[in-house]
Amino acid sequence: MEKKPIELLVNGEIHEIVVKPNDTLLEVLREKLGLTGTKEGCGMGECAACTVLKDGKPILSCLTLAIDVVGSKITTIEGLSIGEDLDPLQEAFVQHGAVQCGFCTPGMILTAKELLGRVKNPTADQIKEAISGNLCRCTGYTKIIEAIQAAEG
Amino acid sequence: MKEYRTIGKRLPRIDAKDKVKGRAVYTDDISLPGMLCGMILRSPFPHARILKIDTSRAMKLPGVMAIVTGEDTLKIKYGLILRSPKYMDEFPLAVGKVRFIGDEVAAVAATNPDVAMEALDLIEVEYEELPAVFDPEEAQKLDAPQIHDHAPGNISREVHMKKGDPEKGFLESHLVREDTFTTQSAIHAYLEPHAAMASWDLNGKLTLYTSTQTPYYVQQHLALTLGMNADSIRVIKPFVGGGFGGKSGGMAALDFCAALLSRKAGRPVKIAYSRDEEFAAGRRKHPVAILMKTGVKRDGTIVARQCKAILDGGAYCSIGPTTTIIVGSFQTLPYRFDHFRYDGYRIYTNKPPCGAMRGHGSPQVHFAQDVQIDMIAEELGIDPVEIALKNGLRTGDESAAGFKIISSGFGECLEKVSKATGWKEKRQLGKRQENKVYGIGLGCGGFPSGAGFDPIGTTSAQSSVIIKASEGGGLSILTGASDIGQGSDSIICQIVAEALGLPLEDICITSADTQLTPPDTGTYSSRVTVAAGNAALRAANLAKKEIFQIVSEKLEVHPDDLVAEDRKIFGKGTPDLFISFAEAIKLYQTKNSGSPLLVKGSYNSPNQFSPTYSFGAYVAEVEVDLRTGEVTVLRVTAAHDCGRPLNPMSVEGQIEGSVVMGMGYALSENLAFAGGQTLNPSFLDYKVPTANQIPQIDIHHVITEDPEGPFGAKETGEGSLDPTTPAIANAIYNATGVRIKELPITPERILRELKRKEQEHGKETDRALG
Repeated sequence: MEKKPIELLVNGEIHEIVVKPNDTLLEVLREKLGLTGTKEGCGMGECAACTVLKDGKPILSCLTLAIDVVGSKITTIEGLSIGEDLDPLQEAFVQHGAVQCGFCTPGMILTAKELLGRVKNPTADQIKEAISGNLCRCTGYTKIIEAIQAAEG
Repeated sequence: MKEYRTIGKRLPRIDAKDKVKGRAVYTDDISLPGMLCGMILRSPFPHARILKIDTSRAMKLPGVMAIVTGEDTLKIKYGLILRSPKYMDEFPLAVGKVRFIGDEVAAVAATNPDVAMEALDLIEVEYEELPAVFDPEEAQKLDAPQIHDHAPGNISREVHMKKGDPEKGFLESHLVREDTFTTQSAIHAYLEPHAAMASWDLNGKLTLYTSTQTPYYVQQHLALTLGMNADSIRVIKPFVGGGFGGKSGGMAALDFCAALLSRKAGRPVKIAYSRDEEFAAGRRKHPVAILMKTGVKRDGTIVARQCKAILDGGAYCSIGPTTTIIVGSFQTLPYRFDHFRYDGYRIYTNKPPCGAMRGHGSPQVHFAQDVQIDMIAEELGIDPVEIALKNGLRTGDESAAGFKIISSGFGECLEKVSKATGWKEKRQLGKRQENKVYGIGLGCGGFPSGAGFDPIGTTSAQSSVIIKASEGGGLSILTGASDIGQGSDSIICQIVAEALGLPLEDICITSADTQLTPPDTGTYSSRVTVAAGNAALRAANLAKKEIFQIVSEKLEVHPDDLVAEDRKIFGKGTPDLFISFAEAIKLYQTKNSGSPLLVKGSYNSPNQFSPTYSFGAYVAEVEVDLRTGEVTVLRVTAAHDCGRPLNPMSVEGQIEGSVVMGMGYALSENLAFAGGQTLNPSFLDYKVPTANQIPQIDIHHVITEDPEGPFGAKETGEGSLDPTTPAIANAIYNATGVRIKELPITPERILRELKRKEQEHGKETDRALG
């Protein structure tokens, strides 16, 4: 399959890379850009551990081709806050015990980030609905929901 | 109660910041120069002889660097090492025969995944299909296909236990109930699929990074199957994305294949399972058919218990021989009875092997036990909470399996959930709104904490911890304990911080690296907080003793009168006259020819079972739609006696996770099979609960200050799962009047039973009118 040079804008940085047409965004982020904070839980679009933001909207990077996001602004978990700083939502996850194994955490945080940008003071039901596609097997979701609510305040 | 600085506080995990920033490195995140991608070829047949494997075409594919089959191995079987040869029944790569769809046949290392996948297609395997058997009842018949030569009747393990005289007990009983319960095939569904990366140095030393709960077992199993000295194998556990028992069985096929491929190719090899491989070929929970017979007095006192269990083991032993014991012995918690008999049979079938999953045999039998107790309570006209209170194990009791109870808060758990839910009133309510009915039910449990179950017969202590102090006043902890997301790294740091009066930021921890850290049997059986925690506390107390000796001379205060707090050591009542922790370490080194302060602590369970046991009582409230059979779990109220929550936020996290996992087990999760083929190997079809399905969860900590646990702590990770499922099952009965004794309790099953009940009611009405 013919490879193609592309430019990807990820976390504010332009990356000039060569990809195959069938390379997923997930593969490119993890293997070519070294952004391993984005996780592969299923590769089938069923668990949302691979969620990243495309122009601020959550997408499943395992089902997205890298060539399809040329010209878009991609934000991964590494790009949510700079250096040692934590985004208030990341801080809330830390303080509320919303992180156990941490494998779903990057996708969960990015999904919630978009919700908080869209809905002011979301109710528990709105949060549950927003993250209902992000699977977590450790926490029972309870403390994740608490953290998202706390981040708003 | 003593006030602690660190213990009992709602402190964030020490690794949480790295995890929320995406910086925590899991196995699949690691790359080494020249690394190859490995993949495994699996059997398409449930039972077949391997006649020939031809890898020549695959090897010619550009980019393929190594291929291994059973012929490249030493053909050594592994399993529960040193227990019995018959429990070591599995080749790391199939030799001669495959026994389930998904059995590992060959492995490929290639320069990229596309080439590896293509190479798998080019490996030609000639099979001779053999008759297969999938049902454990069928598998025991005389004419059933024989899956292993060493196991006539396909019995992989049988266990018999007896105490007292059950027959006599039943004769003396006022009521004897006998019921059959069945549980389904469920799977861990941790978010991180298994991954392993192997690399060899030129002295023949192997390093393996792997997502495991038990790095020392992986090391032992690799040594056995590769014919190496275990000391030449370094197993490193990076961050692990959940395990729940699925990464506890010791070596996984990918550990072995990565190592062998890497040796053959002369380059590092990484293998990561796909989600499909996890669902279709990974270890899973045993489905169990349980015939339970319980005899009680008129007042509800349990007199005798007899139980026969048939475990569907799948194709290999895995950790299943232990499960067969647990289904028997763990049913003697949390109730006391004097007459007990258990006959457990684990049967081989041509399906993926079953192993440990959270609770490990216990959720199956606790579902049976607490549903049956609910039925008995109804027949006797006694409240289930009262029956549980009457029969609950108390401090000083010994369970029918010989478990010695040194602290029990079971009674308090029951009182708390009963009061918090308004149990008595709600139980009688029978609330109905249009087509929706409300119900409330109780589930109970108890679980070993710090258990000594050791399947490899090592001479090492079950847990050991080394502490090294540095001139800067900081400490390094080395522990073999495996944090797989449950938070053991954080808890061990909290324990050491408390003992030495240091803040958490002064403490570093290195865990689960077999070359650096002292041995630890691993993360299973809810053993880590008690066992590794006690080892850490012992090491910390030794460090304190050494430091206090030095400071005592300097301050002229007796060591017994010194305290360590806020990085300072001072005499009781004279906090202004102190020596800093850093200064004390310098003094120690000066006095000891510069030798660093290095201490170690170890812990073994004082008896063959477990040093102590947790207890819990959970109440579930549900709503059932009579038109659709759909169950909504509204609220779960949990009271758990974990001795003392060392970090209440972590304890709650364990309980909340367990409640939701227990809800999935009760209502939706089920691996379906046809002809040995897994029909739903995906998250889409295997229904793990999602955020919009969870109940309100109210948690009550019951504090019993266990005499054996570190700072009084017991387990929370698994005991918290057991009560949830029967609580939901009993609540569904309370709501609908239909009793379902098979898991999961699906809408179809509820509707079927509702219909049956309606028809029976109709017949009764006819008779009455007739």
